[in-house]
Amino acid sequence: MIRVIVRRTVEIAAVIVLFLIQITWFKGLEIASVSPNLLIIIVAALGVLRGSREGMIIGFIAGLLVDIYFADYIGFYALCYMFIGYVIGLFKRVFFAEDIKLPLILIMLGNALFNVAVYVFKFMLKGDLSFPYYLMNLILPEVMYTFIVSLFILPPTIKVNNLLEEYEKKGASKFG
Amino acid sequence: MLGRRKKINRAKIKLSNKTMFLILAGACVVSLFVGMNFNIKGGPLSDLADYCFVPMQRGLNSIGLFASNRMDELKNIRQLMVENAELQNKVDELTTENSTLKLEQYELESLRELYELDKKYPSYEKTAARVIAKDSGNWFDTFVINKGSADGIKVDMNVIAGSGLVGIVTSVRKHSATVTTIINDLSNVSGMMISTSDYCIVRGSIKSMNEKQSILFDTLNDLNDMITEGEQVVTSNISDKYLEGILIGYVTEIKVDSNNLTKSGMITPVVDFAHLEEVLVILQTKKYD
Repeated sequence: MIRVIVRRTVEIAAVIVLFLIQITWFKGLEIASVSPNLLIIIVAALGVLRGSREGMIIGFIAGLLVDIYFADYIGFYALCYMFIGYVIGLFKRVFFAEDIKLPLILIMLGNALFNVAVYVFKFMLKGDLSFPYYLMNLILPEVMYTFIVSLFILPPTIKVNNLLEEYEKKGASKFG
Repeated sequence: MLGRRKKINRAKIKLSNKTMFLILAGACVVSLFVGMNFNIKGGPLSDLADYCFVPMQRGLNSIGLFASNRMDELKNIRQLMVENAELQNKVDELTTENSTLKLEQYELESLRELYELDKKYPSYEKTAARVIAKDSGNWFDTFVINKGSADGIKVDMNVIAGSGLVGIVTSVRKHSATVTTIINDLSNVSGMMISTSDYCIVRGSIKSMNEKQSILFDTLNDLNDMITEGEQVVTSNISDKYLEGILIGYVTEIKVDSNNLTKSGMITPVVDFAHLEEVLVILQTKKYD
């Protein structure tokens, strides 16, 4: 039980730290008014490393933070991130420990999916149909930027996850 | 008997992934609908988040400022090394001194500006606030300021900076508040041409903001062709949320709509939204009795 608590604490702390860095420092690193999406990196990474359940929970928490601070009504971003975490978690069964390509691709897909969802629900439904413009000037740049940043964030995430898994295994063998 | 009950309880707690997904999704949808219908924004949840995060944000911001100051210094030094190796030592000293002076001067200027602005809109009581965080995504232009309900900030208070309108407070927590800017795609402001008092609707747009650094206006009723480029646009007296007479920007483009009755075009806002650091919140909301 204590091991689960340790894991959850580490995961939630990672989300909170990334959220705070995202809304403070990373806005200063904007290129052409586009900044990378750190939250999607952690949600997708945990999803593919740990499966749907954790991807979903971490996505829910990440989205809730965004909702509390920046959304008009609570729920939209929580739903988006949660959905992405859940779907990406389904790929856990085809993920092998040393392989970094799959999580990177999933992070990019998740980021694109997230932005398309925002476009559809907040822009298209209001009658704004210039999707090609948003795709070229907002979504693709953000996906590329997120990809570059995730090259730095993903390896440490995998390492910490491996450490935690070892720690959990040790506990299991001690009692089992 | 007891053991058996425990087992049943545990089985109940362990939900399958799909069920859990549906429960959480349901919670999101319910909260969205409740929020929209009863106009509830966060409540105790947001206050709790506020207590945890605002101090951390402040810390991170000061570290970020520190880092960017150091980075500026490094840049300066590198340039000067290329220019003149002999004067290096002297230049180093001067650069350090210069950047601190610049920083001080910048602060002085911004404080002076705030002071002047204070005199420009004398009838409204205001409080200065610092921008501590910006929206996490790239779609919307919203930011968080370091004052909240404890400092008298309320929802729908107008926010100004430099010499013009920045936006409106959309949600308030104990020690911070979220401001939605007028360049946000979801913002509409009822504006007024200053020379003819004709009304128009000013809409934010990321597209035109990216391309031309301007926002859109439409449904302007200007039958006598009085409005030309360079016209000042202010907030109108019929707006239900924005106080009257706050400068929004200048008309930079105007054309007749296809219905031949109204006109639309573009406005360049007077506020530099890319470099907002300090803003003033007007401690008064528009009310009708």
